[in-house]
Amino acid sequence: MKKRVPLLITFITGFIVIVSFFVPHRPFGALETETLIWYSIILGFTLLIGVDSLVRLHTRQIRRKKKGWWYSIVFFAGFFYCLTIGIISLIRTPNPFQPGTVFFYGYETILIPLQSTMFALLAFFVASASYRAFRARNLDATLLLITAVIVMIGRVPAGHKLWTRLPGIANWVFDVLQMGPMRGIMIGVALGAVAMSLRLILGIERTYLS
Amino acid sequence: MSISTSIWIWIAALLTLMIYSFLYKDNPFYRLAEHIFMGLSLGYTLVILWYDYIIPRIYQPLFFSPHQWSLIFPILLGMMTFGIFSKKYNWLIKYPLAFYVSAFAAIQIPVMLRSWILKQVEASFLTPDKFSSVFNSINAILIFVGLVTTLIYFYFSKKREHGFGAAATVGIVFIMVAFGAAFGYTVMARISLLIGRMQFLIQDWLGIM
Repeated sequence: MKKRVPLLITFITGFIVIVSFFVPHRPFGALETETLIWYSIILGFTLLIGVDSLVRLHTRQIRRKKKGWWYSIVFFAGFFYCLTIGIISLIRTPNPFQPGTVFFYGYETILIPLQSTMFALLAFFVASASYRAFRARNLDATLLLITAVIVMIGRVPAGHKLWTRLPGIANWVFDVLQMGPMRGIMIGVALGAVAMSLRLILGIERTYLS
Repeated sequence: MSISTSIWIWIAALLTLMIYSFLYKDNPFYRLAEHIFMGLSLGYTLVILWYDYIIPRIYQPLFFSPHQWSLIFPILLGMMTFGIFSKKYNWLIKYPLAFYVSAFAAIQIPVMLRSWILKQVEASFLTPDKFSSVFNSINAILIFVGLVTTLIYFYFSKKREHGFGAAATVGIVFIMVAFGAAFGYTVMARISLLIGRMQFLIQDWLGIM
């Protein structure tokens, strides 16, 4: 009951979805659509579990007065602020995501700047990592260095000023030299993903049930 | 120079500076902005959940005509995830998890086979139309050689000697070039984001330019 039924669910679901891809006629075609609807509904519930987990973590931090517990209060302030303006926008308009709503305004002015700054912060760490990676110690590292420099300089106006053909060369490196290996890596990743998926569906891989 | 008078611009600018303060070292300002970001993201996720999942996929099909009563089954299956809160019934989560993992894996198989394998192989074939000019011919051959030698490099079930070893060596050259290009591209993408934030601070907030 605790192990066999989940394994049976795994096999039947996987079988239906795969067969419906190769046999798009009745009843499999309709079953695939139905399975995808079920999938999205269950995804919603799993998201709720994630939200609950984070809320519990911060509640515990505050209750036990752990080091830096007041950051958890800030977390809840942000959480309830966003939730409140979301509810207000939902009551006022059928679509809270449309421009002009309080929710959209909060998203545009706070969440997006925070998100892009977080990613922009990585620029400094990538630059520091590239200093270590690009040191020309051997042939492989030298190739990495040369290609990265061509791509970086070729994609900024300074590259064009330096040599008018540099942007063209950078594009050629990106569209031709990079294409073959990237396709090879994609094929390898896909073969691994398909093998793993089959292992899951056939019940060989069971770690997710433990 | 005309500094912005909008409270929202000031909030966004101060939060931006708080995050950049991490470049000096981990400090309370950064952690404050980080926790605001986490809280807002979570609130945003809940609103999306309500708007994109609960209303169109559960509430409307169940309570409005034509009623789709069959949705009760995935809802019940989904509610089994709440079993995680009970020590006695936490095994119930295995049912929705089994469905979720299996559906995701099964959806991946045709997608991977079609887009990540067949389409890539098809695009790399040396068909006559790829030899329309000398330049195009060289490009097509380079892509083909890059693909084959990369695959050879990652094939570890055969000893690397003679032609196979040489092909693997060519493969690593192509791989390094590809990684270099990808790395350079990533650096530039991050730098352009940084420029965007700097433009916001200098133009929108301080009004210098």
